Amino acid sequence: MNRIFSIALNTFREAVRDRVLYNLVAFAVLMSGAAILVGQISFGIEKLVVINLGLTAVSLFGVVISIFIGIGLVSKEIDKRTLYTLLSRPVRRWEFVVGKFVGLVGTLVLNTFFMAIGVFGALLYVAHTLKKPDEWVLVALYFIILQFVIVTALALLFSSFSSPLMAAVFAFSLFVVGAFAEDLRGFAGMAKGITRWIATAAAYLVPNFSALNVITSVAHGQSVSGQLIIYNTAYALIYSTMAICGAVLIFERRNLK
Amino acid sequence: MKSSQITLVAGVLLVLCLTGSILTLRRVDELRNHATLEEVLYVSSPQALKRISLGYDGLLADIYWTRAVQYFGNKHVQGADSYKLLAPLLEVTTTLDPKLLVAYEFGSNFLTAKPPQGAGMPTEAIALVEQGIRNNPNEWRLYYDLGFIYYLDRKDYRDAADAFLRGSRVPDAHPWLKIMAARAAQEGGEAQMAGMLWTTTYETTPSKDIKANAAAHLRALRVDEDVTTLEALQARYRERNGHFASSFSELESAGMLRGIPRDPLGAPYKLAAEGKFEVTDPDDLPFIQKGLSIGYIPPPKPKILPVD
Repeated sequence: MNRIFSIALNTFREAVRDRVLYNLVAFAVLMSGAAILVGQISFGIEKLVVINLGLTAVSLFGVVISIFIGIGLVSKEIDKRTLYTLLSRPVRRWEFVVGKFVGLVGTLVLNTFFMAIGVFGALLYVAHTLKKPDEWVLVALYFIILQFVIVTALALLFSSFSSPLMAAVFAFSLFVVGAFAEDLRGFAGMAKGITRWIATAAAYLVPNFSALNVITSVAHGQSVSGQLIIYNTAYALIYSTMAICGAVLIFERRNLK
Repeated sequence: MKSSQITLVAGVLLVLCLTGSILTLRRVDELRNHATLEEVLYVSSPQALKRISLGYDGLLADIYWTRAVQYFGNKHVQGADSYKLLAPLLEVTTTLDPKLLVAYEFGSNFLTAKPPQGAGMPTEAIALVEQGIRNNPNEWRLYYDLGFIYYLDRKDYRDAADAFLRGSRVPDAHPWLKIMAARAAQEGGEAQMAGMLWTTTYETTPSKDIKANAAAHLRALRVDEDVTTLEALQARYRERNGHFASSFSELESAGMLRGIPRDPLGAPYKLAAEGKFEVTDPDDLPFIQKGLSIGYIPPPKPKILPVD
Protein backbone atom coordinates (compact mmCIF):
# COMPACT_ATOMS: atom_id res chain seq x y z
CA MET A 1 0.00 0.00 0.00
CA ASN A 2 2.89 2.28 0.87
CA ARG A 3 4.48 1.63 -2.49
CA ILE A 4 1.25 2.46 -4.34
CA PHE A 5 0.96 5.67 -2.33
CA SER A 6 4.56 6.65 -3.14
CA ILE A 7 4.01 6.09 -6.87
CA ALA A 8 0.72 8.02 -6.70
CA LEU A 9 2.42 10.91 -4.91
CA ASN A 10 5.20 11.02 -7.50
CA THR A 11 2.65 10.93 -10.33
CA PHE A 12 0.89 13.88 -8.72
CA ARG A 13 4.18 15.79 -8.35
CA GLU A 14 5.07 15.03 -11.95
CA ALA A 15 1.71 16.30 -13.17
CA VAL A 16 2.18 19.52 -11.19
CA ARG A 17 5.72 19.83 -12.63
CA ASP A 18 4.21 19.37 -16.10
CA ARG A 19 2.12 22.48 -15.37
CA VAL A 20 -1.15 20.57 -15.59
CA LEU A 21 -2.72 22.91 -13.08
CA TYR A 22 -2.10 25.83 -15.45
CA ASN A 23 -5.48 24.96 -16.96
CA LEU A 24 -6.96 26.60 -13.86
CA VAL A 25 -5.86 29.99 -15.19
CA ALA A 26 -7.74 29.39 -18.45
CA PHE A 27 -10.72 28.20 -16.45
CA ALA A 28 -10.69 31.29 -14.22
CA VAL A 29 -10.57 33.57 -17.28
CA LEU A 30 -13.43 31.60 -18.89
CA MET A 31 -15.64 31.75 -15.80
CA SER A 32 -15.09 35.39 -14.96
CA GLY A 33 -15.52 36.34 -18.64
CA ALA A 34 -18.76 34.39 -18.89
CA ALA A 35 -20.12 35.77 -15.63
CA ILE A 36 -19.56 39.35 -16.76
CA LEU A 37 -20.38 38.97 -20.46
CA VAL A 38 -23.51 36.82 -20.45
CA GLY A 39 -25.60 39.39 -18.60
CA GLN A 40 -24.87 41.83 -21.39
CA ILE A 41 -25.34 39.63 -24.47
CA SER A 42 -28.06 37.25 -23.37
CA PHE A 43 -31.29 37.35 -21.44
CA GLY A 44 -32.54 35.58 -18.34
CA ILE A 45 -29.94 32.80 -18.29
CA GLU A 46 -27.02 34.30 -16.36
CA LYS A 47 -27.10 31.66 -13.63
CA LEU A 48 -27.79 28.82 -16.06
CA VAL A 49 -24.80 29.78 -18.19
CA VAL A 50 -22.48 29.90 -15.22
CA ILE A 51 -23.52 26.38 -14.16
CA ASN A 52 -23.68 24.91 -17.68
CA LEU A 53 -20.45 26.52 -18.86
CA GLY A 54 -18.64 25.94 -15.58
CA LEU A 55 -19.50 22.24 -15.31
CA THR A 56 -18.96 21.60 -19.03
CA ALA A 57 -15.53 23.24 -18.80
CA VAL A 58 -14.66 21.23 -15.66
CA SER A 59 -15.68 18.06 -17.49
CA LEU A 60 -13.92 18.74 -20.79
CA PHE A 61 -10.73 20.15 -19.23
CA GLY A 62 -10.55 17.10 -16.98
CA VAL A 63 -11.22 14.60 -19.76
CA VAL A 64 -8.50 16.17 -21.91
CA ILE A 65 -6.06 16.09 -18.97
CA SER A 66 -6.93 12.51 -18.07
CA ILE A 67 -6.46 11.34 -21.66
CA PHE A 68 -3.27 13.23 -22.45
CA ILE A 69 -1.58 12.60 -19.13
CA GLY A 70 -3.01 9.10 -18.78
CA ILE A 71 -1.59 7.89 -22.10
CA GLY A 72 1.90 8.99 -21.15
CA LEU A 73 1.97 7.48 -17.69
CA VAL A 74 3.50 4.19 -18.81
CA SER A 75 5.23 5.10 -22.07
CA LYS A 76 7.08 8.07 -20.55
CA GLU A 77 8.56 5.86 -17.84
CA ILE A 78 9.70 3.38 -20.50
CA ASP A 79 11.15 6.09 -22.76
CA LYS A 80 13.04 7.71 -19.90
CA ARG A 81 14.08 4.27 -18.68
CA THR A 82 12.98 5.21 -15.16
CA LEU A 83 10.61 2.23 -15.19
CA TYR A 84 13.57 -0.20 -15.07
CA THR A 85 14.99 1.53 -12.02
CA LEU A 86 11.59 1.40 -10.39
CA LEU A 87 10.90 -2.24 -11.17
CA SER A 88 14.38 -3.29 -10.02
CA ARG A 89 13.19 -2.30 -6.53
CA PRO A 90 10.59 -4.29 -4.63
CA VAL A 91 7.75 -2.79 -6.67
CA ARG A 92 5.37 -5.02 -8.53
CA ARG A 93 4.08 -4.12 -11.94
CA TRP A 94 0.47 -4.01 -10.81
CA GLU A 95 1.44 -1.64 -7.99
CA PHE A 96 3.06 0.62 -10.57
CA VAL A 97 -0.14 0.68 -12.69
CA VAL A 98 -2.47 1.22 -9.74
CA GLY A 99 -0.18 3.88 -8.22
CA LYS A 100 -0.11 5.79 -11.50
CA PHE A 101 -3.89 5.58 -11.74
CA VAL A 102 -4.44 6.81 -8.18
CA GLY A 103 -1.92 9.64 -8.67
CA LEU A 104 -3.61 10.97 -11.77
CA VAL A 105 -7.10 10.65 -10.30
CA GLY A 106 -5.84 12.55 -7.24
CA THR A 107 -4.49 15.32 -9.48
CA LEU A 108 -7.84 15.53 -11.27
CA VAL A 109 -9.76 15.65 -7.98
CA LEU A 110 -7.60 18.55 -6.78
CA ASN A 111 -8.00 20.28 -10.13
CA THR A 112 -11.79 19.81 -9.94
CA PHE A 113 -11.81 21.15 -6.37
CA PHE A 114 -10.22 24.43 -7.47
CA MET A 115 -12.53 24.65 -10.49
CA ALA A 116 -15.54 24.03 -8.23
CA ILE A 117 -14.48 27.03 -6.14
CA GLY A 118 -14.42 29.02 -9.39
CA VAL A 119 -17.90 27.81 -10.39
CA PHE A 120 -19.41 28.70 -7.01
CA GLY A 121 -17.57 32.03 -6.98
CA ALA A 122 -19.04 32.94 -10.38
CA LEU A 123 -22.45 31.70 -9.25
CA LEU A 124 -22.29 33.94 -6.22
CA TYR A 125 -21.27 36.85 -8.45
CA VAL A 126 -24.24 36.53 -10.82
CA ALA A 127 -26.93 35.38 -8.35
CA HIS A 128 -25.62 37.32 -5.28
CA THR A 129 -26.65 34.38 -3.10
CA LEU A 130 -26.50 30.60 -3.09
CA LYS A 131 -29.78 28.72 -2.75
CA LYS A 132 -30.56 25.20 -1.59
CA PRO A 133 -30.98 23.72 -5.13
CA ASP A 134 -27.43 24.89 -5.91
CA GLU A 135 -26.14 22.05 -3.75
CA TRP A 136 -26.97 19.66 -6.62
CA VAL A 137 -24.10 21.26 -8.51
CA LEU A 138 -21.86 19.38 -6.07
CA VAL A 139 -23.47 16.10 -7.17
CA ALA A 140 -22.84 17.01 -10.82
CA LEU A 141 -19.19 17.71 -9.92
CA TYR A 142 -19.00 14.34 -8.16
CA PHE A 143 -20.36 12.62 -11.28
CA ILE A 144 -17.76 14.47 -13.37
CA ILE A 145 -15.03 13.07 -11.10
CA LEU A 146 -16.49 9.59 -11.65
CA GLN A 147 -16.25 10.29 -15.37
CA PHE A 148 -12.54 11.16 -14.93
CA VAL A 149 -11.98 7.92 -13.01
CA ILE A 150 -13.32 5.89 -15.97
CA VAL A 151 -11.49 7.91 -18.64
CA THR A 152 -8.18 7.74 -16.73
CA ALA A 153 -8.54 3.97 -16.33
CA LEU A 154 -9.25 3.62 -20.05
CA ALA A 155 -6.31 5.84 -21.01
CA LEU A 156 -4.07 3.71 -18.81
CA LEU A 157 -5.47 0.50 -20.34
CA PHE A 158 -4.79 1.66 -23.88
CA SER A 159 -1.36 3.04 -23.01
CA SER A 160 -0.38 -0.37 -21.62
CA PHE A 161 -0.32 -1.94 -25.09
CA SER A 162 -0.23 0.82 -27.72
CA SER A 163 1.68 3.95 -28.65
CA PRO A 164 0.68 7.21 -26.91
CA LEU A 165 -0.92 8.55 -30.09
CA MET A 166 -3.05 5.47 -30.66
CA ALA A 167 -3.93 5.30 -26.97
CA ALA A 168 -5.18 8.92 -27.16
CA VAL A 169 -7.25 8.10 -30.25
CA PHE A 170 -8.75 5.00 -28.60
CA ALA A 171 -9.52 6.77 -25.32
CA PHE A 172 -11.05 9.80 -26.98
CA SER A 173 -13.11 7.63 -29.35
CA LEU A 174 -14.45 5.64 -26.44
CA PHE A 175 -15.31 8.86 -24.62
CA VAL A 176 -17.35 9.99 -27.65
CA VAL A 177 -18.98 6.57 -28.09
CA GLY A 178 -19.71 6.51 -24.35
CA ALA A 179 -21.69 9.73 -24.72
CA PHE A 180 -23.94 7.86 -27.19
CA ALA A 181 -24.24 4.76 -24.97
CA GLU A 182 -27.98 5.15 -24.48
CA ASP A 183 -28.55 5.62 -28.22
CA LEU A 184 -26.49 2.50 -28.85
CA ARG A 185 -28.77 0.57 -26.53
CA GLY A 186 -31.76 1.97 -28.39
CA PHE A 187 -30.33 0.86 -31.74
CA ALA A 188 -29.62 -2.57 -30.30
CA GLY A 189 -33.26 -2.83 -29.24
CA MET A 190 -34.35 -2.20 -32.81
CA ALA A 191 -32.03 -4.86 -34.33
CA LYS A 192 -32.92 -8.53 -34.69
CA GLY A 193 -31.19 -11.90 -34.28
CA ILE A 194 -27.43 -12.08 -33.79
CA THR A 195 -27.02 -8.40 -34.66
CA ARG A 196 -29.17 -7.57 -31.67
CA TRP A 197 -26.93 -9.61 -29.38
CA ILE A 198 -23.72 -8.11 -30.76
CA ALA A 199 -25.11 -4.56 -30.63
CA THR A 200 -26.38 -5.08 -27.07
CA ALA A 201 -23.01 -6.48 -25.99
CA ALA A 202 -21.22 -3.51 -27.56
CA ALA A 203 -23.66 -1.08 -25.92
CA TYR A 204 -22.95 -2.55 -22.49
CA LEU A 205 -19.21 -2.82 -23.08
CA VAL A 206 -18.64 0.86 -23.85
CA PRO A 207 -18.67 3.18 -20.83
CA ASN A 208 -21.97 4.92 -20.22
CA PHE A 209 -21.13 8.58 -19.78
CA SER A 210 -24.64 9.87 -20.42
CA ALA A 211 -25.86 8.65 -17.02
CA LEU A 212 -22.98 10.56 -15.41
CA ASN A 213 -24.01 13.81 -17.07
CA VAL A 214 -26.60 15.67 -14.98
CA ILE A 215 -25.31 19.15 -15.79
CA THR A 216 -28.45 20.40 -17.54
CA SER A 217 -30.84 19.17 -14.86
CA VAL A 218 -28.85 20.55 -11.90
CA ALA A 219 -28.58 23.87 -13.75
CA HIS A 220 -32.39 24.02 -13.42
CA GLY A 221 -32.14 23.17 -9.72
CA GLN A 222 -33.54 19.67 -10.20
CA SER A 223 -32.57 17.08 -7.65
CA VAL A 224 -30.61 13.90 -8.33
CA SER A 225 -31.92 10.71 -6.73
CA GLY A 226 -29.82 9.04 -4.06
CA GLN A 227 -30.14 5.74 -5.90
CA LEU A 228 -28.61 7.25 -9.04
CA ILE A 229 -25.70 8.54 -6.97
CA ILE A 230 -25.12 5.07 -5.46
CA TYR A 231 -25.47 3.18 -8.75
CA ASN A 232 -23.33 5.65 -10.71
CA THR A 233 -20.62 5.37 -8.03
CA ALA A 234 -20.78 1.58 -8.16
CA TYR A 235 -20.76 1.59 -11.97
CA ALA A 236 -17.75 3.93 -12.20
CA LEU A 237 -15.80 1.92 -9.63
CA ILE A 238 -16.61 -1.43 -11.24
CA TYR A 239 -15.91 -0.20 -14.78
CA SER A 240 -12.62 1.50 -13.89
CA THR A 241 -11.51 -1.54 -11.85
CA MET A 242 -12.24 -3.66 -14.92
CA ALA A 243 -10.12 -1.36 -17.12
CA ILE A 244 -7.29 -1.25 -14.57
CA CYS A 245 -7.39 -5.07 -14.30
CA GLY A 246 -7.05 -5.20 -18.10
CA ALA A 247 -4.12 -2.78 -17.93
CA VAL A 248 -2.46 -4.86 -15.18
CA LEU A 249 -2.97 -8.11 -17.14
CA ILE A 250 -1.37 -6.65 -20.24
CA PHE A 251 1.42 -4.87 -18.39
CA GLU A 252 2.29 -8.00 -16.38
CA ARG A 253 2.87 -9.90 -19.62
CA ARG A 254 4.54 -7.10 -21.50
CA ASN A 255 8.12 -7.67 -22.54
CA LEU A 256 9.98 -4.60 -21.35
CA LYS A 257 13.39 -5.65 -22.62
CA MET B 1 23.23 39.65 -33.35
CA LYS B 2 23.14 39.75 -29.58
CA SER B 3 20.47 37.94 -27.60
CA SER B 4 18.98 41.22 -26.33
CA GLN B 5 18.74 42.54 -29.90
CA ILE B 6 16.94 39.38 -31.04
CA THR B 7 14.50 39.77 -28.15
CA LEU B 8 13.86 43.40 -29.10
CA VAL B 9 13.34 42.64 -32.81
CA ALA B 10 11.10 39.65 -32.10
CA GLY B 11 9.05 41.66 -29.57
CA VAL B 12 8.54 44.59 -31.92
CA LEU B 13 7.72 42.23 -34.80
CA LEU B 14 5.16 40.43 -32.64
CA VAL B 15 3.35 43.68 -31.77
CA LEU B 16 3.48 44.86 -35.40
CA CYS B 17 2.12 41.57 -36.73
CA LEU B 18 -0.67 41.55 -34.16
CA THR B 19 -1.70 45.07 -35.18
CA GLY B 20 -1.35 44.13 -38.85
CA SER B 21 -3.53 41.05 -38.50
CA ILE B 22 -6.29 43.06 -36.79
CA LEU B 23 -6.19 45.75 -39.49
CA THR B 24 -6.19 43.13 -42.26
CA LEU B 25 -9.14 41.33 -40.72
CA ARG B 26 -11.09 44.57 -40.51
CA ARG B 27 -10.41 45.15 -44.21
CA VAL B 28 -11.55 41.59 -44.99
CA ASP B 29 -14.78 42.26 -43.08
CA GLU B 30 -15.37 45.38 -45.18
CA LEU B 31 -14.70 43.52 -48.41
CA ARG B 32 -17.20 40.83 -47.50
CA ASN B 33 -19.81 43.60 -47.41
CA HIS B 34 -21.15 42.76 -43.96
CA ALA B 35 -21.68 39.15 -44.90
CA THR B 36 -22.78 38.07 -41.47
CA LEU B 37 -23.56 34.52 -40.50
CA GLU B 38 -26.78 35.39 -38.79
CA GLU B 39 -29.14 34.34 -41.58
CA VAL B 40 -27.68 30.87 -41.70
CA LEU B 41 -28.53 27.94 -39.49
CA TYR B 42 -25.83 25.42 -40.31
CA VAL B 43 -27.40 22.53 -38.45
CA SER B 44 -31.14 22.95 -38.62
CA SER B 45 -32.05 19.63 -37.02
CA PRO B 46 -32.41 20.06 -33.24
CA GLN B 47 -32.08 16.29 -32.75
CA ALA B 48 -28.78 16.22 -34.67
CA LEU B 49 -27.48 19.08 -32.55
CA LYS B 50 -28.49 17.26 -29.38
CA ARG B 51 -26.40 14.27 -30.49
CA ILE B 52 -23.44 16.43 -31.53
CA SER B 53 -23.43 18.10 -28.11
CA LEU B 54 -22.14 14.83 -26.52
CA GLY B 55 -24.43 15.36 -23.56
CA TYR B 56 -23.40 18.98 -22.99
CA ASP B 57 -26.76 20.08 -24.41
CA GLY B 58 -27.45 22.59 -21.62
CA LEU B 59 -24.55 24.80 -22.65
CA LEU B 60 -25.44 24.48 -26.33
CA ALA B 61 -29.03 25.51 -25.51
CA ASP B 62 -27.71 28.59 -23.71
CA ILE B 63 -25.60 29.44 -26.76
CA TYR B 64 -28.59 29.04 -29.09
CA TRP B 65 -30.83 31.10 -26.79
CA THR B 66 -28.21 33.87 -26.74
CA ARG B 67 -28.07 33.63 -30.52
CA ALA B 68 -31.88 33.93 -30.71
CA VAL B 69 -31.81 36.99 -28.42
CA GLN B 70 -29.03 38.59 -30.47
CA TYR B 71 -30.84 37.79 -33.73
CA PHE B 72 -34.11 39.28 -32.45
CA GLY B 73 -32.32 42.31 -30.98
CA ASN B 74 -30.47 43.09 -34.21
CA LYS B 75 -33.59 42.70 -36.33
CA HIS B 76 -35.59 44.79 -33.87
CA VAL B 77 -33.06 47.61 -33.99
CA GLN B 78 -33.07 47.49 -37.81
CA GLY B 79 -36.89 47.66 -37.78
CA ALA B 80 -36.98 44.48 -39.88
CA ASP B 81 -40.26 42.99 -41.04
CA SER B 82 -38.92 39.44 -41.42
CA TYR B 83 -37.52 37.25 -38.66
CA LYS B 84 -37.21 34.00 -40.57
CA LEU B 85 -34.56 32.40 -38.31
CA LEU B 86 -36.27 33.20 -35.02
CA ALA B 87 -38.65 30.22 -34.87
CA PRO B 88 -35.97 27.64 -35.89
CA LEU B 89 -33.52 29.10 -33.36
CA LEU B 90 -36.12 28.81 -30.61
CA GLU B 91 -36.99 25.27 -31.67
CA VAL B 92 -33.33 24.24 -31.48
CA THR B 93 -32.96 25.96 -28.09
CA THR B 94 -35.97 24.28 -26.52
CA THR B 95 -35.17 20.85 -27.97
CA LEU B 96 -31.66 21.05 -26.52
CA ASP B 97 -33.02 22.15 -23.14
CA PRO B 98 -36.76 21.48 -22.77
CA LYS B 99 -36.70 23.08 -19.30
CA LEU B 100 -35.42 26.46 -20.47
CA LEU B 101 -38.57 28.41 -19.52
CA VAL B 102 -37.11 31.77 -20.50
CA ALA B 103 -36.98 30.61 -24.14
CA TYR B 104 -40.68 29.71 -24.19
CA GLU B 105 -41.84 32.82 -22.34
CA PHE B 106 -39.81 35.50 -24.05
CA GLY B 107 -39.49 33.55 -27.31
CA SER B 108 -43.28 33.50 -27.68
CA ASN B 109 -43.30 37.20 -26.89
CA PHE B 110 -40.75 37.86 -29.65
CA LEU B 111 -42.72 35.70 -32.10
CA THR B 112 -46.19 37.11 -31.37
CA ALA B 113 -45.71 40.87 -31.62
CA LYS B 114 -46.38 42.32 -35.05
CA PRO B 115 -43.41 43.65 -37.07
CA PRO B 116 -41.37 45.71 -36.39
CA GLN B 117 -41.92 44.93 -32.68
CA GLY B 118 -41.66 41.22 -33.32
CA ALA B 119 -41.90 38.49 -35.89
CA GLY B 120 -45.69 38.53 -36.25
CA MET B 121 -45.83 34.73 -36.09
CA PRO B 122 -48.50 33.91 -33.48
CA THR B 123 -49.05 30.37 -34.84
CA GLU B 124 -45.38 29.55 -34.22
CA ALA B 125 -45.61 31.25 -30.82
CA ILE B 126 -48.58 29.05 -29.87
CA ALA B 127 -46.71 25.92 -31.02
CA LEU B 128 -43.68 26.97 -28.95
CA VAL B 129 -45.70 27.57 -25.78
CA GLU B 130 -47.68 24.33 -26.26
CA GLN B 131 -44.34 22.50 -26.52
CA GLY B 132 -43.23 24.27 -23.33
CA ILE B 133 -46.40 23.13 -21.54
CA ARG B 134 -45.84 19.53 -22.66
CA ASN B 135 -42.31 19.65 -21.25
CA ASN B 136 -43.17 21.67 -18.13
CA PRO B 137 -46.82 20.98 -17.26
CA ASN B 138 -46.55 22.59 -13.82
CA GLU B 139 -45.45 26.06 -14.96
CA TRP B 140 -48.54 28.30 -14.75
CA ARG B 141 -46.80 31.14 -16.57
CA LEU B 142 -46.75 29.11 -19.80
CA TYR B 143 -50.56 28.67 -19.72
CA TYR B 144 -50.82 32.37 -19.01
CA ASP B 145 -48.62 33.17 -22.02
CA LEU B 146 -50.73 30.88 -24.19
CA GLY B 147 -53.97 32.50 -23.05
CA PHE B 148 -52.40 35.91 -23.56
CA ILE B 149 -51.64 35.14 -27.22
CA TYR B 150 -55.08 33.67 -27.84
CA TYR B 151 -56.88 36.55 -26.15
CA LEU B 152 -55.00 39.63 -27.27
CA ASP B 153 -53.57 38.54 -30.59
CA ARG B 154 -55.92 35.93 -31.93
CA LYS B 155 -59.09 37.28 -30.25
CA ASP B 156 -59.90 33.62 -29.74
CA TYR B 157 -61.66 33.88 -26.39
CA ARG B 158 -62.65 30.21 -26.13
CA ASP B 159 -59.08 28.90 -26.46
CA ALA B 160 -57.86 31.73 -24.22
CA ALA B 161 -60.35 30.70 -21.52
CA ASP B 162 -59.26 27.08 -21.91
CA ALA B 163 -55.56 28.01 -21.51
CA PHE B 164 -56.22 30.19 -18.43
CA LEU B 165 -58.40 27.48 -16.90
CA ARG B 166 -55.74 24.79 -17.44
CA GLY B 167 -53.18 27.12 -15.90
CA SER B 168 -55.40 27.86 -12.89
CA ARG B 169 -55.35 24.15 -11.99
CA VAL B 170 -51.55 24.10 -11.71
CA PRO B 171 -50.25 24.18 -8.13
CA ASP B 172 -49.25 27.71 -6.97
CA ALA B 173 -50.86 29.30 -10.04
CA HIS B 174 -51.51 33.04 -9.98
CA PRO B 175 -55.02 33.56 -8.50
CA TRP B 176 -56.00 35.85 -11.38
CA LEU B 177 -55.91 33.00 -13.86
CA LYS B 178 -59.33 31.76 -12.71
CA ILE B 179 -60.82 35.24 -13.13
CA MET B 180 -59.18 35.58 -16.52
CA ALA B 181 -60.63 32.24 -17.57
CA ALA B 182 -64.11 33.41 -16.57
CA ARG B 183 -63.75 36.78 -18.29
CA ALA B 184 -62.40 35.23 -21.46
CA ALA B 185 -65.23 32.70 -21.45
CA GLN B 186 -67.72 35.61 -21.31
CA GLU B 187 -66.02 37.06 -24.40
CA GLY B 188 -66.55 40.54 -23.00
CA GLY B 189 -64.94 43.38 -21.10
CA GLU B 190 -61.99 43.42 -23.43
CA ALA B 191 -60.37 46.56 -22.04
CA GLN B 192 -60.74 45.34 -18.47
CA MET B 193 -59.37 41.93 -19.41
CA ALA B 194 -56.45 43.52 -21.29
CA GLY B 195 -55.77 45.54 -18.15
CA MET B 196 -55.67 42.37 -16.06
CA LEU B 197 -53.37 40.63 -18.52
CA TRP B 198 -50.88 43.49 -18.66
CA THR B 199 -51.02 44.00 -14.88
CA THR B 200 -50.21 40.32 -14.32
CA THR B 201 -47.34 40.57 -16.77
CA TYR B 202 -46.09 43.73 -15.04
CA GLU B 203 -46.25 42.15 -11.61
CA THR B 204 -44.74 38.77 -12.43
CA THR B 205 -42.09 39.28 -15.10
CA PRO B 206 -38.48 39.35 -13.98
CA SER B 207 -37.49 41.28 -17.12
CA LYS B 208 -37.23 45.07 -16.98
CA ASP B 209 -37.90 45.35 -20.72
CA ILE B 210 -41.09 43.31 -20.55
CA LYS B 211 -42.12 45.28 -17.44
CA ALA B 212 -41.58 48.55 -19.30
CA ASN B 213 -43.60 47.23 -22.24
CA ALA B 214 -46.43 46.15 -19.93
CA ALA B 215 -46.36 49.56 -18.21
CA ALA B 216 -46.63 51.29 -21.63
CA HIS B 217 -49.65 49.12 -22.51
CA LEU B 218 -51.28 49.88 -19.15
CA ARG B 219 -50.73 53.60 -19.69
CA ALA B 220 -52.25 53.30 -23.17
CA LEU B 221 -55.31 51.55 -21.74
CA ARG B 222 -55.67 54.36 -19.17
CA VAL B 223 -55.43 57.04 -21.85
CA ASP B 224 -58.07 55.28 -23.99
CA GLU B 225 -60.37 55.12 -20.97
CA ASP B 226 -59.69 58.77 -19.98
CA VAL B 227 -60.33 60.07 -23.48
CA THR B 228 -63.57 58.06 -23.76
CA THR B 229 -64.76 59.52 -20.45
CA LEU B 230 -63.75 63.09 -21.39
CA GLU B 231 -65.44 62.87 -24.76
CA ALA B 232 -68.61 61.60 -23.07
CA LEU B 233 -68.46 64.71 -20.82
CA GLN B 234 -68.12 66.94 -23.88
CA ALA B 235 -71.16 65.26 -25.43
CA ARG B 236 -73.17 65.93 -22.26
CA TYR B 237 -71.94 69.55 -22.18
CA ARG B 238 -73.06 70.01 -25.78
CA GLU B 239 -76.47 68.59 -24.98
CA ARG B 240 -76.88 71.15 -22.23
CA ASN B 241 -75.31 74.18 -23.91
CA GLY B 242 -75.68 73.55 -27.61
CA HIS B 243 -71.93 73.70 -28.25
CA PHE B 244 -68.74 71.97 -27.10
CA ALA B 245 -66.73 73.48 -24.25
CA SER B 246 -63.81 75.45 -25.61
CA SER B 247 -61.73 75.21 -22.43
CA PHE B 248 -61.39 73.06 -19.36
CA SER B 249 -62.57 75.98 -17.20
CA GLU B 250 -65.96 75.83 -18.97
CA LEU B 251 -66.24 72.14 -18.07
CA GLU B 252 -65.17 73.00 -14.52
CA SER B 253 -67.76 75.78 -14.26
CA ALA B 254 -70.42 73.32 -15.41
CA GLY B 255 -69.38 71.05 -12.51
CA MET B 256 -68.23 68.29 -14.83
CA LEU B 257 -64.52 68.40 -14.05
CA ARG B 258 -62.29 69.19 -11.12
CA GLY B 259 -59.03 70.62 -12.44
CA ILE B 260 -57.25 69.89 -15.70
CA PRO B 261 -57.17 66.17 -16.43
CA ARG B 262 -53.73 64.67 -16.91
CA ASP B 263 -52.47 61.58 -18.72
CA PRO B 264 -50.64 58.78 -16.83
CA LEU B 265 -47.31 60.55 -17.37
CA GLY B 266 -48.65 63.75 -15.77
CA ALA B 267 -49.01 65.82 -18.94
CA PRO B 268 -52.36 67.68 -19.37
CA TYR B 269 -54.82 66.50 -22.00
CA LYS B 270 -55.55 69.03 -24.75
CA LEU B 271 -58.97 70.09 -25.94
CA ALA B 272 -59.29 69.65 -29.71
CA ALA B 273 -61.97 70.57 -32.22
CA GLU B 274 -65.30 68.75 -32.41
CA GLY B 275 -65.32 67.82 -28.73
CA LYS B 276 -62.22 65.66 -29.06
CA PHE B 277 -59.32 65.37 -26.64
CA GLU B 278 -55.67 64.77 -27.42
CA VAL B 279 -52.60 63.82 -25.45
CA THR B 280 -49.75 66.34 -25.24
CA ASP B 281 -47.00 64.03 -26.44
CA PRO B 282 -48.29 60.91 -28.23
CA ASP B 283 -44.72 59.65 -28.82
CA ASP B 284 -44.39 59.11 -25.06
CA LEU B 285 -47.59 57.08 -25.02
CA PRO B 286 -47.23 54.28 -27.57
CA PHE B 287 -50.10 51.83 -28.23
CA ILE B 288 -52.84 54.42 -27.52
CA GLN B 289 -55.90 54.14 -29.74
CA LYS B 290 -57.54 57.41 -28.71
CA GLY B 291 -56.34 60.95 -28.00
CA LEU B 292 -54.25 61.15 -31.18
CA SER B 293 -54.28 64.22 -33.42
CA ILE B 294 -55.50 63.77 -37.00
CA GLY B 295 -52.63 62.79 -39.29
CA TYR B 296 -50.37 61.73 -36.43
CA ILE B 297 -47.67 59.33 -37.64
CA PRO B 298 -46.18 57.17 -34.88
CA PRO B 299 -42.41 56.71 -34.81
CA PRO B 300 -41.19 53.50 -36.55
CA LYS B 301 -40.06 52.12 -33.20
CA PRO B 302 -42.33 52.77 -30.21
CA LYS B 303 -40.77 54.79 -27.42
CA ILE B 304 -40.91 52.54 -24.35
CA LEU B 305 -40.07 54.45 -21.20
CA PRO B 306 -37.89 52.51 -18.76
CA VAL B 307 -39.26 51.40 -15.41
CA ASP B 308 -37.43 51.89 -12.12
